[in-house]
Amino acid sequence: MISKALLGILLLTTLTSVGKSEEMTASELVKAMDDNLNAKTRVLTSKMIVHGRRSSRTIESRNWVKGIDQAYTVYLAPPREAGTKMLKDGDKLWTYSPQTDRVIQISGHMLRQSVMGSDMSYNDMMEDRPLTDLYEATVEGSEMIDGRKHWILFLEAKVKGLSYPKRRAWVDSEYLLPMKEELYAKSGKLLKSTSMDGIKKVQDRWFPTRYIFKDELKKNSKGTEWIIDDIAFDTDIPDSRFEKAMLRK
Amino acid sequence: MIKFLTKGLLRDRSRSLFPVLVITLTVALVIFTIGFMKGTMNSLFLDTAVILTGHEKIVTRAYNEESQLMPNDLALLDADQLIHDLNQDYPDFFWTPRITFAGLLDVPDENGETQSQGPVIALGIDLLSTNSRQAEIWEMDRVLVEGSLPQSREDALISTKLAEQLDLSVGDPVTFIGSTMDNAFTTYNFNVSGTFNLRKGQTDKQMMLVDLSGARLALDMDNAASAIFGFTHSLYYDDEAAVALRTHYNNTKSDSLDIFSPFMLALRDGNQMGTMVDISGAMIAIMGGIFLVVVMVVLWNMGLMNGLRRYGEVGLRLAMGESKGQVYRSMISEAVIIGLTGTVVGTGIGLALTYYVQENGIDYTKGIEALSNSSMVMPNIFYAQVTPDLYYIGFIPGVLATVLGTMLAGLAVYKREMAQLFKELEI
Repeated sequence: MISKALLGILLLTTLTSVGKSEEMTASELVKAMDDNLNAKTRVLTSKMIVHGRRSSRTIESRNWVKGIDQAYTVYLAPPREAGTKMLKDGDKLWTYSPQTDRVIQISGHMLRQSVMGSDMSYNDMMEDRPLTDLYEATVEGSEMIDGRKHWILFLEAKVKGLSYPKRRAWVDSEYLLPMKEELYAKSGKLLKSTSMDGIKKVQDRWFPTRYIFKDELKKNSKGTEWIIDDIAFDTDIPDSRFEKAMLRK
Repeated sequence: MIKFLTKGLLRDRSRSLFPVLVITLTVALVIFTIGFMKGTMNSLFLDTAVILTGHEKIVTRAYNEESQLMPNDLALLDADQLIHDLNQDYPDFFWTPRITFAGLLDVPDENGETQSQGPVIALGIDLLSTNSRQAEIWEMDRVLVEGSLPQSREDALISTKLAEQLDLSVGDPVTFIGSTMDNAFTTYNFNVSGTFNLRKGQTDKQMMLVDLSGARLALDMDNAASAIFGFTHSLYYDDEAAVALRTHYNNTKSDSLDIFSPFMLALRDGNQMGTMVDISGAMIAIMGGIFLVVVMVVLWNMGLMNGLRRYGEVGLRLAMGESKGQVYRSMISEAVIIGLTGTVVGTGIGLALTYYVQENGIDYTKGIEALSNSSMVMPNIFYAQVTPDLYYIGFIPGVLATVLGTMLAGLAVYKREMAQLFKELEI
């Protein structure tokens, strides 16, 4: 009896959410994605598995993120990377390496370099602004992937200077998350592709526990996995966490 | 007989001294010209070899495909064993590991904050090993402008252009920012031990030289190398031998199905050097050939004139009863003695002169600064080169042309009629 009621509630919820997404416009879909992915604050522990051409490396880190401007990362493993710290404050990015005991600002063309040898660049890491602020979206259609309905959204930049002026996203109609994305240059050349899975409900929002990034310009790239071990949204993070002095501590 | 002819030659200066002098000078000129042309071309190749290609270079097959990107994740592993094997299998060359990497050079202020930053292309070369010839082939004593050579793995040499751009002085600390061979982020502190100027235009604009051990530590490349460079012990590039070695190595040691298998490239295989090697080879052959022919004509003519000048003497000897064959053979023997003497002395002088220019060179610094480009590294000082063929090439004009000239002139001996002789000699 209880299980039947639960099944009924689940079915109703699913139908409601699917029905809801059926009525959503492109901009509403983008906003829903932003709401799922962004938060006032985020604290997470994650693993980045970089699949190189010879071997794979696992890099563990803990991140504190506040809004879209501030982020602080401490690398925990492997030993060579352990103790390395990164601080983002607005459009500035600093890194601290215990081997050299230097705080170095990363700027210019270095921002286009890969983070820890992954398929992500520092620019990718720096970009936290909501998609709503950056892109105009249009719905191109829908597609069934693994038995689930996905909206195909095409996003075109409405601000200048973005790393990816065009992108195409396959948005799950229930989770309202971009399960698959293709990121393009202005010319239309495919630069990167991403996908996500392991969707879990975390604090009333759907959130992926695994991302896969692939730099399409890297020959024979096997991509980078980013696995989120734990994540907490909207927790209090003291402002001191984002001070430059924290890098040397 | 030879003693008799030699005595005759010594007593008659007009028959010996002048021809020997001409042959000596001509042979010396031939040897020096060919040696200088070969040396100049070798100087061109050596500078490119030292900086970019080696006489031979071994990389992985995958690295070779993407070499412009300096992909150290595709570097050679177990480099020490590879070099040990190469030294055993190919002892005519000396083999040395090289790490080529790029990134940013960050200069700190007094608080350790970034004061200035600029892109850098760095070379990790074996400067600290006891038997390394890197300091010699880079001509460090000549290119070092200030400071000293690296004494430890933390020391770095910075080009004067980069030092000026980043406002660096000897003794300043710098931090290299780049990627390890696993593509991980890396920073490494170096100390500027000196500045250098290769005096090759823009080639060293962003260049930093560090010891291999420092590069290995900075890039986490323990016992790995971007490439292994091979140089002949004499530093003379023999294209034919280099190509044969490369082909043999790739056929026997390289697996075309394994992208990490070592793959050898001869100097001609990189940076459009093949065309340069071919053009220079053709130029030497054409210019050397023309010069040799001209010289041969001169000496041939001299032999001919010598023969004709002795028309009366030959007639008198025939009249006195010497056979035509005896006279002809004695003339040729004299030509051989003169040719050999002049050639031996000329070869000695030519080789000495070539060796002097090989060791000291001729400086063209100012002209070359304006001509240099990035694909071909131009030398500033041109050196001659003593090669094995210089020991015998002088014999072609010196002996052969002189003797042939005399043989041709001597044919007239057989045309002389005894009946005419007394009339000609007015006896």
